[in-house]
Amino acid sequence: MTAEIGQFSLIIAFVVSVIQGTIPLVGAARGNQAQMQLGTSAAFVQFMAITISFGALITAYVGSDFSILNVVNNSHSLKPMLYKITGVWGNHEGSLLLWGWILALFGFAVALFGRNLPLSLKARVLAIQGLIGVGFLLFILVTSNPFERISPAPFDGQGLNPLLQDPGLAFHPPFLYLGYVGLSVTFSFAIAALIEGKVDPAWARWVRPWTLIAWGFLTLGIALGSWWAYYELGWGGWWFWDPVENSSFMPWLIATALLHSAIVVEKRDALKNWTILLAIMAFSFSLLGTFLVRSGVLNSVHAFASDPTRGAYVMGFLVLVIGGSLTLYAIRAPGMKGGGLFAPISREGSLVLNNLLLSIAAATVLLGTLYPIFLDAVSGAKVSVGGPYFNTTFLPIVIPLIIALAVGPLLPWKRADLKGVLSRLKMAMFLVLVVVGMTWWLSEDAPVLAFVGMGLFTWLVTGILVEWAARIKLFRTSLSNSWKRFVNLPRSAHGMTVAHLGVAMLVLGITVNEAWQSENLSVMNPGETVTVGGYDFTFNGIEEMRGPNYDILRGSFKVQKGGNFVVDLSPETRTYQQPPMQTTEAAIWPMLSADLYVVIGEQDGKGGYAVRIYHKPLISWIWIGALVMFFGGGLSLSDRRFRIGAAARKKVSLQKPVKTAGA
Amino acid sequence: MTRKRRRLYIVIVAMALLGSAAGLILMSFEDSLVFFYSPSDLVEKPVPAGRTFRLGGLVEEGSYKKDGVLITFKVTDLAESVSVQYRGLVPDLFREGQGVVTEGQFDDNGIFIADNVLAKHDENYMPPEVAESLKKAGNWQGTGEKK
Repeated sequence: MTAEIGQFSLIIAFVVSVIQGTIPLVGAARGNQAQMQLGTSAAFVQFMAITISFGALITAYVGSDFSILNVVNNSHSLKPMLYKITGVWGNHEGSLLLWGWILALFGFAVALFGRNLPLSLKARVLAIQGLIGVGFLLFILVTSNPFERISPAPFDGQGLNPLLQDPGLAFHPPFLYLGYVGLSVTFSFAIAALIEGKVDPAWARWVRPWTLIAWGFLTLGIALGSWWAYYELGWGGWWFWDPVENSSFMPWLIATALLHSAIVVEKRDALKNWTILLAIMAFSFSLLGTFLVRSGVLNSVHAFASDPTRGAYVMGFLVLVIGGSLTLYAIRAPGMKGGGLFAPISREGSLVLNNLLLSIAAATVLLGTLYPIFLDAVSGAKVSVGGPYFNTTFLPIVIPLIIALAVGPLLPWKRADLKGVLSRLKMAMFLVLVVVGMTWWLSEDAPVLAFVGMGLFTWLVTGILVEWAARIKLFRTSLSNSWKRFVNLPRSAHGMTVAHLGVAMLVLGITVNEAWQSENLSVMNPGETVTVGGYDFTFNGIEEMRGPNYDILRGSFKVQKGGNFVVDLSPETRTYQQPPMQTTEAAIWPMLSADLYVVIGEQDGKGGYAVRIYHKPLISWIWIGALVMFFGGGLSLSDRRFRIGAAARKKVSLQKPVKTAGA
Repeated sequence: MTRKRRRLYIVIVAMALLGSAAGLILMSFEDSLVFFYSPSDLVEKPVPAGRTFRLGGLVEEGSYKKDGVLITFKVTDLAESVSVQYRGLVPDLFREGQGVVTEGQFDDNGIFIADNVLAKHDENYMPPEVAESLKKAGNWQGTGEKK
């Protein structure tokens, strides 16, 4: 019964999205109020319908309803409850339904919070959301129906890939999708603006919260994925330049650029065309990512299915969306004249540089990701593009970006005096010399990039603090006065400072870990001790245990530093029955100063075990940095000027009196 | 500053950046593309020692030996086979008769020194490159294909 309810409400959602995608658009063109208002109710109904459908699938998983093919393929009655639920999106069909649900959620949120949007703009935005929904729901219904029945129903399911049975991964897809799909809203706003032929600062203010939400969740989703790879795969790495990682990283780069260029539209009424283009590109990259990951073009843990009809459908959809929106852009964009002029050395100029560098970074990642696919198609040669390519192309682009990041916020709008600004950064230059010198003194044979990284970190942190101190006139006026300024500073300013500090933490974490991590690989017999990174790891032996749906081989290690007890670590090898598979569970002791990371491997037949131990200094700063960036985005979002729906156009042509900001 | 001049500046900067990015990409493509070869490919077109590439096939039955953390095995496409040496922990699903992809270089004795033995993600998974090379060598039985 649940399957029929789910299937039926999915069809309803599809029909409603067709209505949502057409009638309000027609209404907006004709100025018909009732037709335009239909968008709001349609978005609401569509959301309810997909929620019911999604709920039905979750119910089927929770109740282990093995008459549904999707549940049979991906669940098992013995699986813990958390993974029964998260297994819903641990497969192709379910993850698409999650995609559709989040899309509807965003449409619903626009309908709900967009009360102050001009009716025609709101109708058009919701209509574009509806059209995207048409594409995805049709895809689900035609090629990837999660509610397909199987007869006769088997006694039990086939289980979920044990690698995916993990709390980190349980929440990685939803967050990533909130980011991916959140970019659909900025896309819809961009297309609506192109149809209306009007982009102004108010438009930028409406778009900004949505960009921030999408960017924030994308940041979080990528960080969670990286963290999962770090502790679950047991290789000790945190980023592999894997095509799947890249396909989430490209939209992030473009969304970051969009976030910054929208500021210029908002404050200075310039860079309009460019911002629209970025909004289109950001969502196009989201779709491309979905296509790459879901079509089976790439093979990885994410490639659930390699059904060619699915690939062809997504490819067609991709061409339609990207081609269509770029065509519309080509027709409409030249008509939109920018307002504010600015000199190359100015805040606007620095934001343009930020945008150029981020876009080029995205382009190099795109090339590295797609090249193997092209080469295979053209010549049949199998190649992979890995770390070395990205290190040599990506780093030279990011290093100037970070140097400029410390300078940009110090530049005033319109026209700036670079000399004056650089003289305010004298302190930063001095500290960079000190830190690089100290690094050299402490660790002479460190790689060049270690010095570059330490210098960048120092430069960035000092630059950020100088800017922040200038804003609150720290030490230039009384402390109480500074405090007052601090409190009165808009939240978005604090948000920027915090997010940029997050970048600095990320730089520090990456640099220190890459340059100074140490590892040891050896066969250890019980009682033996190995020293890595100043910590003594003593192997106490092995015990065998049983987990909820797997057998455990658990090693036990005592870690000491200078004779003082630090922690007991127990890395495991797990053997699952369904599906039959082994996984390695690294034991990790995360500290702010370093992570201790132990993996246990095979027996050598003489009582010893192969053991790999890492000491990874400051690696947790990578994820803390990402969290801080997310938090900075949230802080910026909470700024009352940008509260969703709070902004209103200055010259208002609404029938209703406009609510004031912060209402 | 006129609008035209501003646009000109932006275009110039963008072109310069794109140009240098393209240069960087071309330079690094030279030595960072990692090709995939099967044991039969290597007989046909030998790869010089020291060059990094990926070698894939099946782990030959009876060839897997370990001495402490030093692991040796043979990768085969059932026509030809290559000896591989690896220092480290083998991935969870490494087994004789199963598909494997390794990344590394030949040493001077023609032994493949692997820096990496790539993990597989599930029991039935066969790396597509391996499946294809087995087909080419005429030994594809259609087993192990991903469901």
